[in-house]
Amino acid sequence: MTTFQEQDATHTNGTSAVGPGRSPALEFASAWDYAPTPESAKVEIADRYGHYINGAFVESISGDVFETINPATVETLSVVARGTAEDVDAAVKAARQAQPRWAALPAKERGKYLFRIARRLQERAREFAVLETMDNGKPIKETRDVDIPLAAAHFFYHAGWADKLAYAFGGANPEPVGVCGQIIPWNFPLLMAAWKLAPALACGNTCVLKPAETTPLTALRLAEVFDEIGLPPGVVNIVTGDGEAGAALVEHPGVDKIAFTGSTEVGKKIAAATAGTGKKLTLELGGKSPNIIFEDASIDQAVEGVIAGIYFNQGHVCCAGSRLFVQESIADAVVARIENRLKSLRLGDPLDKNTDIGAINSAQQLGTITRYLDSARDEGLTRHEPNGCALPDKGYWCRPCFFTGVQPSHTIAREEIFGPVLAVQTFRTPEEAITRANNTPYGLAAGVWTDKGSKIFEIAGRLKAGVVWLNCYNRFDPASPFGGYKESGFGREGGLQGLRGYVRL
Amino acid sequence: MTNRLPITKTYKLFIGGKFPRTESGRSVKVCDASGAVVAHTCRASRKDLRNAVEAAAKAQPGWAGANAYLRGQILYRMAEMLEGKRAELAGAIAAVGGISDEAARGEVDASTDRLIAFAGWADKYPQVLGCHNPVTGPYYNFSVPEPTGVIGVICPDEPSLLGLVSLIAPVLCSGNAAVVLASESNPIPACVLGEVLATSDVPGGVVNILTGLRDELAEHFASHREIGGVLAAGVSADHRRLLEAGAAENMKRVRVLGDATDFGDDAAMESPWQIEPFVETKTIWHPASA
Repeated sequence: MTTFQEQDATHTNGTSAVGPGRSPALEFASAWDYAPTPESAKVEIADRYGHYINGAFVESISGDVFETINPATVETLSVVARGTAEDVDAAVKAARQAQPRWAALPAKERGKYLFRIARRLQERAREFAVLETMDNGKPIKETRDVDIPLAAAHFFYHAGWADKLAYAFGGANPEPVGVCGQIIPWNFPLLMAAWKLAPALACGNTCVLKPAETTPLTALRLAEVFDEIGLPPGVVNIVTGDGEAGAALVEHPGVDKIAFTGSTEVGKKIAAATAGTGKKLTLELGGKSPNIIFEDASIDQAVEGVIAGIYFNQGHVCCAGSRLFVQESIADAVVARIENRLKSLRLGDPLDKNTDIGAINSAQQLGTITRYLDSARDEGLTRHEPNGCALPDKGYWCRPCFFTGVQPSHTIAREEIFGPVLAVQTFRTPEEAITRANNTPYGLAAGVWTDKGSKIFEIAGRLKAGVVWLNCYNRFDPASPFGGYKESGFGREGGLQGLRGYVRL
Repeated sequence: MTNRLPITKTYKLFIGGKFPRTESGRSVKVCDASGAVVAHTCRASRKDLRNAVEAAAKAQPGWAGANAYLRGQILYRMAEMLEGKRAELAGAIAAVGGISDEAARGEVDASTDRLIAFAGWADKYPQVLGCHNPVTGPYYNFSVPEPTGVIGVICPDEPSLLGLVSLIAPVLCSGNAAVVLASESNPIPACVLGEVLATSDVPGGVVNILTGLRDELAEHFASHREIGGVLAAGVSADHRRLLEAGAAENMKRVRVLGDATDFGDDAAMESPWQIEPFVETKTIWHPASA
């Protein structure tokens, strides 16, 4: 989103002279053909990858494999081991065996391994960015400017905590939890691995990580980094595969804690499966986050925030600002500007540095998004799809769009879509905005736009959400805790509060 | 002169600041060590639980919105009332036998002191559990703890009063409302506490006290979607599993204290880490630029 905002500065200036209600035409997509600017870095991808268990790459015990593809081209990138309960068992045993020694290391030494990981990630950043873009489909400018630098920053931030945990838990005596089973999604593959691994390792735990089925490659490359920096075998183990491996990890009696990021539906199953087992649990689940614009907001800024909030990463973001609430008096002006701004987004080759909207991660996810678009049509909603970019011939694509006339009861106003689809609603009073924003089982994030300080803090205080972005949206930092209220899960990741899930007091 | 027949009391539930009888019309005998009936208590039903949750949900925003200084003073007032009812509470603790009068008085004192500890935490825990975060970039970023909402509190049989007070004090101090299921073996101290609360400054609905059977009610605590968290102690392994599985309904925050919990351990039981399980960290960003 950094790039969205940087790039947008010129557009914002260009449109700010225009009064509300008028819609200046900035049809970059059709009027100007940008020359392609493909990322030139080449990245080597092996034909085949095994699990990373006890410091070595190994095949599945069953011999099963699956293909991982580039969703922008549908070309197979590599063949990866499909983990089963037996592979998970081997990984958990390795983690179990490594844990006492890892926890017994002088804390500062433990931290030094994390510092080394951060450094190597920074040094190999370009390679990771290209690989992530190929395996995930997200634009290179996002992997380059967001995913990879933030992943490195997470290791760097947590490295320093390793020998300072006693200060984080005043009056208590933090001990490692033990072996952590960590299951991560496909929307930020390397970044989610960093969010999970860095705090766990800093607190003296060992890990078994299960990357998402469609995006295993950067986690496996991270395993190469672990080898490079001499991380002791068994401290991090990676088992690739689908839900079968994930379920085996959740059910394994040798696992002391499960950390999961993904859908609320799966999160509930994990909560049920771990009940009564003594396993600790942290869950980062779904969202249907409100983004509220008041009439006294800086409208150009707010519109940029709306765009960054919902179209960043093709909308594959759990905290995406998918419900836009606009104060009635400025609704037409805001909608006109969103419409106009959408025209200037460039959809296409994710490896092109000018691309704003990349590929949808999988055929399955495209199917989900399409079903929601169909439901909106069937419920009589008006779809606005002003972006004129031609969709590439191959791959999975979805034009960014938004719906007006949305009521709280409409499916797309209630359920998480996880795609570039925005539901626009209007409100009259701050009270109404707060009530409607909170009227959801989710509570992950929220955005508020107004230039009035007292109002913005009153509303920030009353929104039931774990992250509240005021006059900004989709900002992330290792020092800033992230996580939800209500059915968006429990526990935090990042910051001081994020350590809590990885210690026993 | 004839022997006077003592009045054995039938204790009622405490819901929304009032004392209703259970809608089910059922009651439970509470007996002393010799088997003589000392009182009757209500055997609360699922419907009573629902009513209590409704009252709690209604009262919670106001309680959370009260300033921290005021919440602290109200908890302190509660401690004052406990001190004033010292003899009655000690008698209630000792009523079912198995505990000396001296030990019962000690338990009341420990309970009063526990409330005092959390009266003091009310306006300090946000400074311990919250912080300013040094993010990269021109943003002002801070994290504040906010109450989870309505918390179901399932009390251990023993200690009947100190167990209850130790569980509710950290929950209330951060602005949650509580729906309490009292000790099953001796619910009388909880009932007396309800009478204390009714005459203290704690707003009606902030604490609701049910008496009844864990076997009947635990599953409804687990499944109720308006309950945001459950704190339990002294429950069986089966009940523990059942309560934790309740999280699957609406992502409840469930915390079950183990059998080894020592309610007399001031350092452990009065730590801010007793407050932390039922607060939600809200992190707020705002750009900083001229």
